[in-house]
Amino acid sequence: MRYNINKASWNLKIGAIVGLLFLHIPLLLIILYAFTTEDKSYQFPPPGYTLKWFKIVLGREDIWQAVGLSLRIAIISTLMAIILGTLAAAALFKKNFFGKESITLLIILPIALPGIITGISLRSAYSVAGIPFSTLTIIIGHATFCMVVVYNNVVARLRRTSPNLVQASMDLGANSFQTFYFVILPNLGSAILAGGMLAFALSFDEVIVTTFTAGQQTTLPIWMLNELIRPRQRPITNVVAVFIICITFIPILYASYMTRNTSDAQDSLK
Amino acid sequence: MINFIVNISDYFYRNKNFLFLLFLLPPLSWLGIIYLGSLLTFLSHSFFSLDGFTGKINYTFTLNTIFELFNSRANFDILIRTVGLALTVTFGSALIGFPIAYYMAKFTSPKVKIFFYIAIMLPLWSSYLVRVYSWKLILAKEGIINWFFGKLHLTWLLDKILSIPYIGGPSLSISYIGMFLVFTYIWLPFMILPIHASLERVPNSLINASLDLGASKRQTFYKVILPLALPGIAAGSIFTFSLTLGDYIIPYIIGTSKFFIGQAVYTHQGTAGNIPLAAAFSLVPIIVMIFYIKTAKKLGAFDAL
Repeated sequence: MRYNINKASWNLKIGAIVGLLFLHIPLLLIILYAFTTEDKSYQFPPPGYTLKWFKIVLGREDIWQAVGLSLRIAIISTLMAIILGTLAAAALFKKNFFGKESITLLIILPIALPGIITGISLRSAYSVAGIPFSTLTIIIGHATFCMVVVYNNVVARLRRTSPNLVQASMDLGANSFQTFYFVILPNLGSAILAGGMLAFALSFDEVIVTTFTAGQQTTLPIWMLNELIRPRQRPITNVVAVFIICITFIPILYASYMTRNTSDAQDSLK
Repeated sequence: MINFIVNISDYFYRNKNFLFLLFLLPPLSWLGIIYLGSLLTFLSHSFFSLDGFTGKINYTFTLNTIFELFNSRANFDILIRTVGLALTVTFGSALIGFPIAYYMAKFTSPKVKIFFYIAIMLPLWSSYLVRVYSWKLILAKEGIINWFFGKLHLTWLLDKILSIPYIGGPSLSISYIGMFLVFTYIWLPFMILPIHASLERVPNSLINASLDLGASKRQTFYKVILPLALPGIAAGSIFTFSLTLGDYIIPYIIGTSKFFIGQAVYTHQGTAGNIPLAAAFSLVPIIVMIFYIKTAKKLGAFDAL
């Protein structure tokens, strides 16, 4: 009896399909609910369909302000994470030295520990230092845990880049700056970009650390969390949820598209 | 100007150690001072105590705050409840995740594999809150699950399940079973990916050898494939277990009035103003995870990542 590699048993097929449905039906349901005419409950199936909630959301100042704030925070913390993460990757990818493992652990720690611990730690540090809560305090928190995704991407790329490349460039007459600018940087570019996009998605969606480091500011996730705790405007929330789904899908699809030909596609999305 | 830049970059190229320090200094000082500094300050509060009368923190070394976790029945229940939930969620995700990972690793063409890969990545990276919200729609009284059971005239069955202690709750949207479903749904991709990675490394020839040597398909699965997938399951369980331990939003939104560690931390630092007890509670997931990761490492979890 040969193990036929192209044939899965029916049990396995059904198991895989059920698992995939379990992963995707909830998001599809939100999209369905965005069009419902019912605004007092989560009635299924929806009694009717309408587009009017999309129009109402377009006119909602408070939501757009929250979106604007979230975008601003995500952009700035992504830039900081790119700088810090790339530097850390450049320093750590090859060298072996005493304490390297501890430093690697330190980079991973902010995302490995529960967000609530990071959040409260930063919050009490701010209040001890007398720093008032502002957009900046949120950004500091976000940059801290976004660093690791950029680091992961860049370190994976650097490990796969052959050192011969640099030597070849030098042998062929490029000076060290030209080598950096024309050989190393383009090579790293897509890894930095992919890492940056994931950092952006991570920051745009973050709520726990934000809760503790924000004062009166309302980012989009905080607006969403308030609606989750006390649902007051269900149809509006549905539409905003669809909007968030679209916004976070773009960088992810783009990041996986960009790393599609390299074998680090798996690393980049981790 | 150009010459100047080239000179600088030449200098860096020749003095690698200087460059190394220059690279390492900004991220290291950021993490070391801002992050680690505030983290250790907060956690060290677990060795202080709250003065019950003044409501101020008493900065003398004591272990009483940590003992309070185990001495008080309510606090101890919180620890047990959270660890129990985290284990259940881990088990559930392994059960649901395994078939997908197995199918994806062994029975797909490269094209279909990319489809699976994206299908798992999209939920993993899409908004946490939106995904929790979607379950609010699903678990609601007028939502799809109740509708489905109603259509099948099985509403009585659902009510029966909900009335079981430790599993149920007053309604689906405020119940342990609801919480279990949401947690499993949210962390499932973290379980699928490492299992897939470890199964992909099992050579087909090994499976064929087992079958050729007379093992049945069933025996091959239990004696060859499953043990080799174990490092992957262990790796995935690190995520599902630790993420469940620290989460406070899902128990807050879907859960019953019984607290979990995350909520306890949240309430003690917030309304109660008891930072020492909050810090003591925060130590629990950290310490549990250290032991958990040590065990997982023995099972080979880190080779499967």
